[in-house]
Amino acid sequence: MKIILTVNGERHALDVEPRRVLADVLREDCRLTGTHLGCEQGVCGSCTVLVDGEAVRACLMLAVQCDGRSVRTVEGLSAPDGEPHPLQRAFSAEHALQCGFCTAGFLMVAVGALEADPTIADDPERMDGLVESNLCRCTGYEPIRRAIMRAAAEYASHARL
Amino acid sequence: MKPAAFDYVAPRTLPETLEALADTERDVRVLAGGQSLILEMHLHRIRPDLVVDINGVAGLDRLSLDDGTVTVGALVRHGFFDSPQAVPGPLGRLCSLAAGNIAHPPIRARGTMAGSLAWAHPASEWCGVALALDAAVEVRSAGGTREIAARDYFRGPLRTARARDELITSVRLPLLSDDTGVGFVEHRRTHFCFAQVAVAAALTMRDGVIEEARIGLVNCADRPVRAHAAEQALVGVEPGSTGTGLRLPDGHPFARAGRIAAEQDAAPLPEPYADLEYRRNAIAVLVGRTLRQALADHREHNGATGEHP
Repeated sequence: MKIILTVNGERHALDVEPRRVLADVLREDCRLTGTHLGCEQGVCGSCTVLVDGEAVRACLMLAVQCDGRSVRTVEGLSAPDGEPHPLQRAFSAEHALQCGFCTAGFLMVAVGALEADPTIADDPERMDGLVESNLCRCTGYEPIRRAIMRAAAEYASHARL
Repeated sequence: MKPAAFDYVAPRTLPETLEALADTERDVRVLAGGQSLILEMHLHRIRPDLVVDINGVAGLDRLSLDDGTVTVGALVRHGFFDSPQAVPGPLGRLCSLAAGNIAHPPIRARGTMAGSLAWAHPASEWCGVALALDAAVEVRSAGGTREIAARDYFRGPLRTARARDELITSVRLPLLSDDTGVGFVEHRRTHFCFAQVAVAAALTMRDGVIEEARIGLVNCADRPVRAHAAEQALVGVEPGSTGTGLRLPDGHPFARAGRIAAEQDAAPLPEPYADLEYRRNAIAVLVGRTLRQALADHREHNGATGEHP
């Protein structure tokens, strides 16, 4: 089936089987291997990407469902000149990653939440929901929470400027 | 594993959708949120011949209010109910409490209430809420439309009264009166696990006395169960103080209702790490906690009326 995916602003005309999930098509057809597949059951969240701005599990969505829609992956976070995204800088500063397998998923679930509503960092319960969304087996989550809070503070200060 | 091959159609209108579903020779599945369907397809527990993606069908994503009833369209996502203000009054608070227990935000962004009822997993939060509130499921086929009451709808694990050629177009829930307090409590190993036990409750109070009780039990049998015996035991009861500790006082009516629900209403099945004794105990405790939460919710939203120190 022929579909058009806009990934990180770039248009991809693809011919995919309906049975293929978005994560596999991003990795194999678009050659964007930053999106990782862990459990492939929607639990771990490594494959989280934004579809039309909303964080979704790319293992539980068929690529054909995204025909004509806009997908954002971890490769689309940094600026065109390679300058890391505020969240990426915050993850680095707070040591919010160790092996890095889960990092792309955490970055995407966090960027989706912060862009929708930067005040989420002020609400500990919603922050719990956000950080709990994905699995990390290295950090113990606290550094990830701190990194998201740090980036949120930066978002807020930009909003004031 | 990856899903096995299937045909895929994405109709734009309801008649086209119903026409696709009318093909009962083949295994045809409706794709709404897909958060259970695609998972089951990964595991090859479901191998559909045809997947009908209804996400492009106009008009199914609406929620409407009329005549004391909320009509939830087939494409209204779980996440819509995160805010207690999404639906007016106590029903909005109950839906918000239940939705918060459904997986994580990215799953809630896709999965739908109607999809949960279509899937009818015994541990589904929405199925327990629908049963407790006497919800109605509207299904449509090429032959016409019918409404199935929740009490007639669930037939067993993943089995419902919906025919194969029927599409759930909406779920109807009655609004709850302002003198109703609501609670939803779930017990599970981690946030992503299915509920070991969950309970939905709504208590309608007059002058500090329970006028009506509604209790839905989740994963307490091979299908969602309404705790009729426990409800009966609560009508006319003045709950008074529920004590200050984590545990309800043993003789409290809520503790008694919990034991009745566990012994008479529930029909739990043993699981590897939760034998029958454990499950009955968990059901009794959770029913008590949910009733206590519903009473606190009532008192919070109706001043201190009926409060006994």
